[in-house]
Amino acid sequence: MTGVRRARLPVVLVLPAVVGLVFLLLPLVGLLVRAPWATLPQRLFSAEVGDALLLSLVCASLATVVCVVLGVPLAWLLARSDLPGRGVLRALVTVPLVLPPVVGGVALLLVLGRRGLVGQYLDAWFGVSLPFTTAGVVLAEAFVAMPFLVISVEGALRAADPRFEEAAATLGASRWLTFRRVTLPSVLPGLVAGTVLCWSRALGEFGATITFAGNYPGETTTMPLAVYLALESDPDAAIVLSVVLLVVSVGVLAGLRDRWIRGAA
Amino acid sequence: MTLDASIRVARGDFRLELDLTIAPGEVVALLGPNGAGKTTALRALAGLVDGGRVAVGESTWDGLPVEKRPVGVVFQEYLLFAHMTALDNVAFGLRARGMPKAAANAAALEWLHKVGLVEFARAKPRTLSGGQAQRVALARALATDPLLLLLDEPLAALDASTRLKVRSDLGRHLRDYPGHTLLVTHDPLDAMVLADRIVILEGGRVVQEGTPAEVVRRPRTDYVAHLVGLNLYRGWADGVEVSLADGGRVTVAEPVEGEVHVVFSPTAVGLYPEQPAGSPRNTWPVTVVGIEQHAHTTRVQLDGTPAVFADITTATVADLRLEPGDRLWAVLKATEIHTYTV
Repeated sequence: MTGVRRARLPVVLVLPAVVGLVFLLLPLVGLLVRAPWATLPQRLFSAEVGDALLLSLVCASLATVVCVVLGVPLAWLLARSDLPGRGVLRALVTVPLVLPPVVGGVALLLVLGRRGLVGQYLDAWFGVSLPFTTAGVVLAEAFVAMPFLVISVEGALRAADPRFEEAAATLGASRWLTFRRVTLPSVLPGLVAGTVLCWSRALGEFGATITFAGNYPGETTTMPLAVYLALESDPDAAIVLSVVLLVVSVGVLAGLRDRWIRGAA
Repeated sequence: MTLDASIRVARGDFRLELDLTIAPGEVVALLGPNGAGKTTALRALAGLVDGGRVAVGESTWDGLPVEKRPVGVVFQEYLLFAHMTALDNVAFGLRARGMPKAAANAAALEWLHKVGLVEFARAKPRTLSGGQAQRVALARALATDPLLLLLDEPLAALDASTRLKVRSDLGRHLRDYPGHTLLVTHDPLDAMVLADRIVILEGGRVVQEGTPAEVVRRPRTDYVAHLVGLNLYRGWADGVEVSLADGGRVTVAEPVEGEVHVVFSPTAVGLYPEQPAGSPRNTWPVTVVGIEQHAHTTRVQLDGTPAVFADITTATVADLRLEPGDRLWAVLKATEIHTYTV
């Protein structure tokens, strides 16, 4: 580049770019400016915030575990099997990604609700009712977050060279052993990125959770729900909760970027 | 027990029909141009594609999936598992077959010792050189004690300077291996130096089969003649002097001892109407037997001790007015001759 003077950047592009940047960052700045810094520590350690934060972290982590246990094999099936209609299946898996979460919540209620397609049998046979419970929160979050994991892992699997799996097979490894010892380690960066994305999506889940699991403090009131509730009664509390979520999100993003950079090196 | 394989693969317009017989301890080279079906044949034998029927004595492998076949494969780019150490790579097949970890590691270490890489046991594949990676891949393939060893272009990924050394090391390991070996290559030199028998595949069919010497002496098609356009002899070396098995002697640049392959390109042979002055060391009288026109050069088949092929430019043909029966002097520079210990 040295010695070469580039033409001035075109205003038509720069102006909207700057507006876009301000639009994205200003609300975050506003959040930090208006935060009640003086009372922050005492609010932060109040039982209300503590409960909601703990519930959020536990539910998001459990939802992520569900997503990994079910989503990684699903991603493998989509990437490696010669299943008929694989393309349709792949499209269907991504539907929750574009579906409004509230609709997801309604759909979950229709299937797993006490009168739902599957829920009525769960209730009648096992006495299990999922809606409006902590387990319901986990399910709602997993429903919304799983596509992020599946897409990320499937992409990594499809980029991985299948000849290594053939090499493992010639050495006598079964498909399961090959998957564990050869395939999975080679897609680890994709799996980590997918897991983190999945977790942060679960952490921020609102629509499906409030529809399917309701809003019971200590049981189903996660951080995003608490923010929404507090906004009506105690705006300062809402800001504090929001700042906490912001910090967690940025922390996750930083961790993820670090992982990506290391993965590329 | 002899291994009999019958390979039938059809893919679109391409049909591969190949019958192979490999004796225990024998190294058969499958030689041919790209697209001849060599790698497909290897994959069929390994069970990676359908169409490879294999019988060894009483047992057949027809219904066996890849992981149940007693084969070891050295892949073209070695395909070492990047996240495992060299030791774990070599131990992988043993672990997969149910050997306890300690025993598998001990056996793997033994193999690394055999290929001279014991000090690299803890190294990750990306830190190994091409030649070292090839030796780890060979150890990995042999560690499971396979009945059939399949090598897919084992030297193609190496640069010319390491290829020589790695080739002769590979030859040594193949001679120690008691099982059946199939070597797939497009490099005639690999085939001639490493194999006991060469099967030449063209367009999915065998066009010629025989010992390296037979194939070189009597190439059956133009393609084979061009492909194996090398002067190859067996001989006995004593320092820089090599006595050739079929008569004649050559002087080489690097001293060697014992039984050797002597190889040089036809382009390394110069032809003169009179005995050259100053008498270079490798000079002998020859008689023109045949002249063959190729795209850019002319190949002259010469009788003498030893008999030899020479590639000369068309201008030289005109200068010398070559005709069968002409008597000439062949001259060969010692530095142009490669030797491989047998």
